[in-house]
Amino acid sequence: MAKELQAKIHASAFSVFYRDKQALHSVTLDIPERKVTAFIGPSGCGKSTFLRSINRMNDLVEGVRNEGRMIVDGTDVYDKSVDVVTLRRRIGMVFQKSIPFPKSIYENITYGMTLTERKTKAELDEIVESSLKRSALWEEVKDRLKNSALGLSGGQQQRLCIARAIAVNPDILLMDEPCSALDPISTGKVEELISELKDTYTIVLVTHNMQQAARVSDLTGFFLMGKLIEFDKTRTIFTSPAQKETEDYITGRFG
Amino acid sequence: MTNPFRKERKFIGEFLAEWSIRIVASLSIVIIFLIFFFVFREAASLFTTMNVGTANSKTETPAPRSADAQAAAPEQYSAETYGDAPETYGESDGAAEQYNPAVEVEPLPGTNILTPLNMNYPEIYNPETGSLPADINDPTPMGTFSVTEQPLSLWENLTSNVWQPVGVQPKFGMIPLLIGTAKTTVIAILLGAPLGILAAIFTAFFAPARVRNIVKPAIELLAGFPSVVVGFFCLVTVASFIQDNFDNTFRLNALVGGIGLALAVIPIVYAIAEDSLSAVPRTLWEASLALGSTKWQTAYRVMLPAAAPGVFAAVLLGIGRAFGETMIAIMATGNAALNSWSAFAPARTFAATIGSEMGEVVWGSEHYGVLFLLGTILFVVSFSLNAVTELYVKKRLIKRFQGR
Ligand SMILES: Nc1ncnc2c1ncn2[C@@H]1O[C@H](COP(=O)(O)OP(=O)(O)OP(=O)(O)O)[C@@H](O)[C@H]1O
Ligand SMILES: [Mg+2]
Repeated sequence: MAKELQAKIHASAFSVFYRDKQALHSVTLDIPERKVTAFIGPSGCGKSTFLRSINRMNDLVEGVRNEGRMIVDGTDVYDKSVDVVTLRRRIGMVFQKSIPFPKSIYENITYGMTLTERKTKAELDEIVESSLKRSALWEEVKDRLKNSALGLSGGQQQRLCIARAIAVNPDILLMDEPCSALDPISTGKVEELISELKDTYTIVLVTHNMQQAARVSDLTGFFLMGKLIEFDKTRTIFTSPAQKETEDYITGRFG
Repeated sequence: MTNPFRKERKFIGEFLAEWSIRIVASLSIVIIFLIFFFVFREAASLFTTMNVGTANSKTETPAPRSADAQAAAPEQYSAETYGDAPETYGESDGAAEQYNPAVEVEPLPGTNILTPLNMNYPEIYNPETGSLPADINDPTPMGTFSVTEQPLSLWENLTSNVWQPVGVQPKFGMIPLLIGTAKTTVIAILLGAPLGILAAIFTAFFAPARVRNIVKPAIELLAGFPSVVVGFFCLVTVASFIQDNFDNTFRLNALVGGIGLALAVIPIVYAIAEDSLSAVPRTLWEASLALGSTKWQTAYRVMLPAAAPGVFAAVLLGIGRAFGETMIAIMATGNAALNSWSAFAPARTFAATIGSEMGEVVWGSEHYGVLFLLGTILFVVSFSLNAVTELYVKKRLIKRFQGR
């Protein structure tokens, strides 16, 4: 129990089925608070499935079924008493390909806040500014807040999506391949941002880029065929992995 | 241990709004189907009440034609059935003696067929001309014009407010037609657009795939529903329903016609709105939900605005359909060119005017020309609606998703 409370996210024997197909096989792990945890593994191994199970985005898939427990802040998120809307407000998510809403930059940021409560213009302005600053976008867009967010570059759009997620002040940020559609410079900016944000947020990151996992994460988990093969400190995974499969995957990639 | 993810929603209003929208949307789908189901039900009554003919046999049995049958005639056509005829039906003075059993004049074979079966019409229906007067409250009988009236210029004539194209001095005032068209179109859109859009939102985002796969093609098929059947349904069922509930003077009126046109509009609005709503990238739906919004908030704050050009197009095309629909407008509106904005007064639309007068017009006459003018207006309006839809919507969609 003590361990459960310490870990921000705790999965125990967690399995996911898409109709008859099992996508996750009894995954058990603890994700600590205010650290960056990365998941790596070949395509189709269930990384996104695990990530989307944390904020219950998988509920949207028809025919999905879970087993085991997914505990966030000591509460099983699949418990009946959990309101999925509240849950998702506390757990932000950034997608691989998440285009901004077809609204202005300003409205993109304020959208999440205005869902439940009325805020004054001054409050909104302040949050827009602070979240854009924290996502390192403020300088680039401060003069065109009223313009359409779709006019931003891909890298700017992704940082806007991060700003949009942190504007509602979540505890956890889930990122599913946030940089896979970005150029190296934009990727660098987002990575920098992740390192800064981990002081405030618990970040869970899925990536195909092994260097990225090595650069930004504190812990790394390796998935293969729906199973969590190894989960340890990033340094340990990349220097002396305990499992043969992990080593094969990492060395294979680095060639 | 307290649950950190318990419901923190404070606004009961939002909760109520969400559920009422959910209920209204599902209801609108159910209603759409029920309406069309009722059309079939009207036909089904034919089979369930086959004894209609025998129950009314007194009035429906044709006159005896053969010599032996004539003997039975006096009993069959008793005063009870036809006794009132002479007073109410002026044209058949001669028939009064014929059908009075007391006088015992031998009825001529076959004459009974000419006797109108419905005795309620004489004040309204003129069997001589076969036409209904424009306004049954109008004290002047149809066709009596003062010959001393000043002839009007064409423009004055077209902008006057009487449409009486046949007469000593034909009047081609388009104002009543304009009012009639506007009345019915507005009613049709006010009813049809919200129903169609709500149904589209429901199937695009809320209904499980299984339901959607049935409902979507089904509603779209209704777009091909023959309008004469819809018109007939309104003429019979909707008109009675409205009369029972509103106690209106005119059985057929703009409201009945508007409901009929709405039936034609709904499938069109639905089909186009559905397509444009489902064309909005699914990533927007997920991104909004991940921010902690409810499905309804996502639907009306993200998806609907993103699909706004398409939904707008759906409404425009719906207007075009209501505007140009002919058969329903002829059958269900009362088809009388009144100069009244009341929803409970009959209306005559442009399309219905062409539809009901073109067949009898003198080729090349002024009336003929005016009908073609109406046709041109119809064409121009429909064409502009479609053009606006095409040009505006394409541009806006591109702008929306590429941000240029
Ligand atoms: N909506 C779905 N319906 C059915 N099967 C699914 C669905 N989503 C994922 N799967 C299956 O579950 C397995 C895991 O998918 P998942 O998306 O979690 O993989 P991933 O590790 O994120 O892969 P990638 O690196 O390509 O994103 C795959 O075999 C996939 O085919
Ligand atoms: Mg994935």
